[in-house]
Amino acid sequence: MKAAKGTVFKYGDNVDTDVIIPARYLNSSDPAELATHCMEDIDKDFIKKVSKGDIIVATKNFGCGSSREHAPIAIKAAGVSCVIAETFARIFYRNAINIGLPIIECPEAAQGIDAGDTVEVNFDTGVITDVTKGTTYQGQAFPEFMQKIIAAEGLVNYINQK
Amino acid sequence: MGMTMTQKILAAHAGLEKVEAGQLIEANLDLVLGNDITSPVAIKEMEKMKVDGVFDKDKIALVPDHFVPNKDIKSAEHCKCVREFAYRNEITNYFEVGEMGIEHALLPEKGLTVAGDVIIGADSHTCTYGALGAFSTGVGSTDMAAGMATGKAWFKVPSAIKFNLVGKPSEWVSGKDVILHIIGMIGVDGALYKSMEFVGDGVKNLTMDDRFTIANMAIEAGGKNGIFPVDELAIAYMKEHSDRTYTVYEADEDAVYDEEYTIDLSTLRPTIAFPHLPENTKTIDEIKEDIKIDQVVIGSCTNGRIDDMRIAAKVLKGRHVAKGMRCIVIPATQAIYMQAMEEGLLKTFIEAGAVVSTPTCGPCLGGYMGILAQGERCVSTTNRNFVGRMGHVESEIYLASPAVAAASAITGKISCPCQLN
Repeated sequence: MKAAKGTVFKYGDNVDTDVIIPARYLNSSDPAELATHCMEDIDKDFIKKVSKGDIIVATKNFGCGSSREHAPIAIKAAGVSCVIAETFARIFYRNAINIGLPIIECPEAAQGIDAGDTVEVNFDTGVITDVTKGTTYQGQAFPEFMQKIIAAEGLVNYINQK
Repeated sequence: MGMTMTQKILAAHAGLEKVEAGQLIEANLDLVLGNDITSPVAIKEMEKMKVDGVFDKDKIALVPDHFVPNKDIKSAEHCKCVREFAYRNEITNYFEVGEMGIEHALLPEKGLTVAGDVIIGADSHTCTYGALGAFSTGVGSTDMAAGMATGKAWFKVPSAIKFNLVGKPSEWVSGKDVILHIIGMIGVDGALYKSMEFVGDGVKNLTMDDRFTIANMAIEAGGKNGIFPVDELAIAYMKEHSDRTYTVYEADEDAVYDEEYTIDLSTLRPTIAFPHLPENTKTIDEIKEDIKIDQVVIGSCTNGRIDDMRIAAKVLKGRHVAKGMRCIVIPATQAIYMQAMEEGLLKTFIEAGAVVSTPTCGPCLGGYMGILAQGERCVSTTNRNFVGRMGHVESEIYLASPAVAAASAITGKISCPCQLN
């Protein structure tokens, strides 16, 4: 399965889905439009700075709050290739897998990696490499069925392929 | 090793004698829910699936409630998408404006959720129905789509935290104070991935509306679900509202819990969550400085039920909101609205200088009907006080009970009814 490599945007605990995609934009469900407001209420420059393949790293309980699938959709459509966190809120976790946004839990990486670092994630092994610092971390590798869902770009495509 | 209430319900719906925490199962669903924000995404996903239609037109509930009556053209388009899908698939439980209410107040009232059910909803506060002894949990739109198509969902069986409630709440202390106290104690991820099981002698001293409020906010502690045992009060509620058969599941005596807490309800005080997390709680007695307020919202899936309206009216009766205060009251369903009208509560609100709206989630998530400007503060009976949740990123939300919200509307600062003359 493919790997991710990109520059890190770093956030703290309890990044909620309201700041990932504020409800004032939920009158749209178009991924491209949602992406233009991604992270707006926590980091208004995010969308100007993010490049395809970049990685979000955060600490505890990433994606807490509302069940809006628009949150992982916005992150994915903004070009983010992977989210690394100490822990994820459970609905966000499901949603990210279901829409094919790779996410990985790794407390050590979430602590050790800084904003601006270049990071590589191998989804098969769960190994996270901070290329800038020359450090590696062992994250939880995806179970096979989750890898397949992500490779198919989401649950629906995966079901259709079966 | 025994099973918790939640584990028993999940086992029964997966056709298994026994399940244990961490096990992946596929369960049959009794109800799949969506609203006007989440359903359009689910409908689009479902249309990509190679299926003929929904698994059971009676077991899907579609409730446009977030941005209705429509706030703008895009919301109207979303609602139109949901409406057309409902008609096309002959969905029995589609609720149009005029019939609708805030989903988590509406479904129990319509008798669609009973003890022993497994329910998923594309709304995080779907955990509300645990008040009736159901397993219910919030999911995203893709899970909703798969649920509508197949009538099944996969779950990781959760472990549980047990909250042993004892004693009786004192005056002006309600379900909202109980759950804010708990979230303050364990944190916004204190129950991450877990069930919150509320048991003990104190449960009988909580009204059904108190229990709905408590189960509703399980997600604010990261919980997968919140659940209460089924007692006479819950049975009476279900008999009044539903003709469906319910099943009572009790936890085994040797059920295993990750943690256990005992909470004496008689010691709780009116509790307020300060910005910007529901875990930032203080009791009314711990607030020493005046915190001036610009707006009060009384409503939502958390606190828009008849008990909430009655408490707010009791506080506002014969009084008037502070000069410059915007006090917005939103009964959660048409039935609650009607009941509040018949009891004279709406008259009390209007005489006190509050406005009363038809059911909507509007202000809770910063949609419309009470958006905050930069620097403004709101005491709200809703469920989240995240940055920018109700408007400007530099506005502030203080979560509280209807009693505290109503008292704060009168004084213009965070107050308890016990502090009013």
